[in-house]
Amino acid sequence: MSPHVDLTRVQVGDTLPEVAETIERLDLIRYAGASGDFNPIHWSDEIARAVGLPGVIAHGMYSMGIAARMVAAWAGDPAAVKRLKVRFSAMIEPGQTLTAKGEVAEVDGTRVLVRFHAEDEKGEKVLNKGEAELEL
Amino acid sequence: MPLNQALVGTAYPAIRYEVGREKLREFAIAIGETDPIYHDEAAARAAGHPDLPAVPTFAVVLSLRAGQVVYGDPELGLDYSRVVHGEQEFVYHRPIRAGDRLLATGKVASASAKGPHELLTLETEITTEAGEPVCTVRATLLSRGTAPPRHASGA
Repeated sequence: MSPHVDLTRVQVGDTLPEVAETIERLDLIRYAGASGDFNPIHWSDEIARAVGLPGVIAHGMYSMGIAARMVAAWAGDPAAVKRLKVRFSAMIEPGQTLTAKGEVAEVDGTRVLVRFHAEDEKGEKVLNKGEAELEL
Repeated sequence: MPLNQALVGTAYPAIRYEVGREKLREFAIAIGETDPIYHDEAAARAAGHPDLPAVPTFAVVLSLRAGQVVYGDPELGLDYSRVVHGEQEFVYHRPIRAGDRLLATGKVASASAKGPHELLTLETEITTEAGEPVCTVRATLLSRGTAPPRHASGA
């Protein structure tokens, strides 16, 4: 089992170990196949540009998947994750690095609320207002 | 064309989904998750899981399929090319795991105008075939520029 957080030591303000991924076009193609989301704006520059995008952009759920990895790894157990929520606030393109960051916002007995976001290299939030409820 | 408000609350036919180990591994790899509990059955069992667990966002695979049933309803009036993903929420009752035989039922939980746009929330209820609750998925979509003109609504 993965090393996980020690509940007796969790405090409001604790930060989660960050997770960073440099997104390659192949990652988006792989995610499209794994998830079943074949929207062409995630793999065809031509179609992405035709709808006004600069080129292909990452699936919002790919970014959320990376942020959820951070949360589950910190908890050490996917069964501890009771709720996850995000707002998609910016696009991220291949070649950029996405970094997920989170902090303990509330501790109530065994229930922990983590607030998180994910940002690009310029610090722009790709995922905003992330909330994760955990039962540790 | 505005969304058809009369369909709010309507549940669509469920899709069936049988969770396979290789699919769970494939999805975990796709998001860069290398923890052995998601890949190796012995590691999963040692961590207290009856079989390989899904990573938390795997539930979106079922929600996408259930969503296709909803969005494909011509009565709803959704033009998917105008859609932007606004928010996503998962409420977990228990982890999805290999061997699960699941049902995912989609419904339009809400549809409302926001300025010139409309917000649509698709709610997908995932249960086992026996009815055990597994996950509730909510996807909020922004439908760009489809709100009815306010001056014509009389409101």
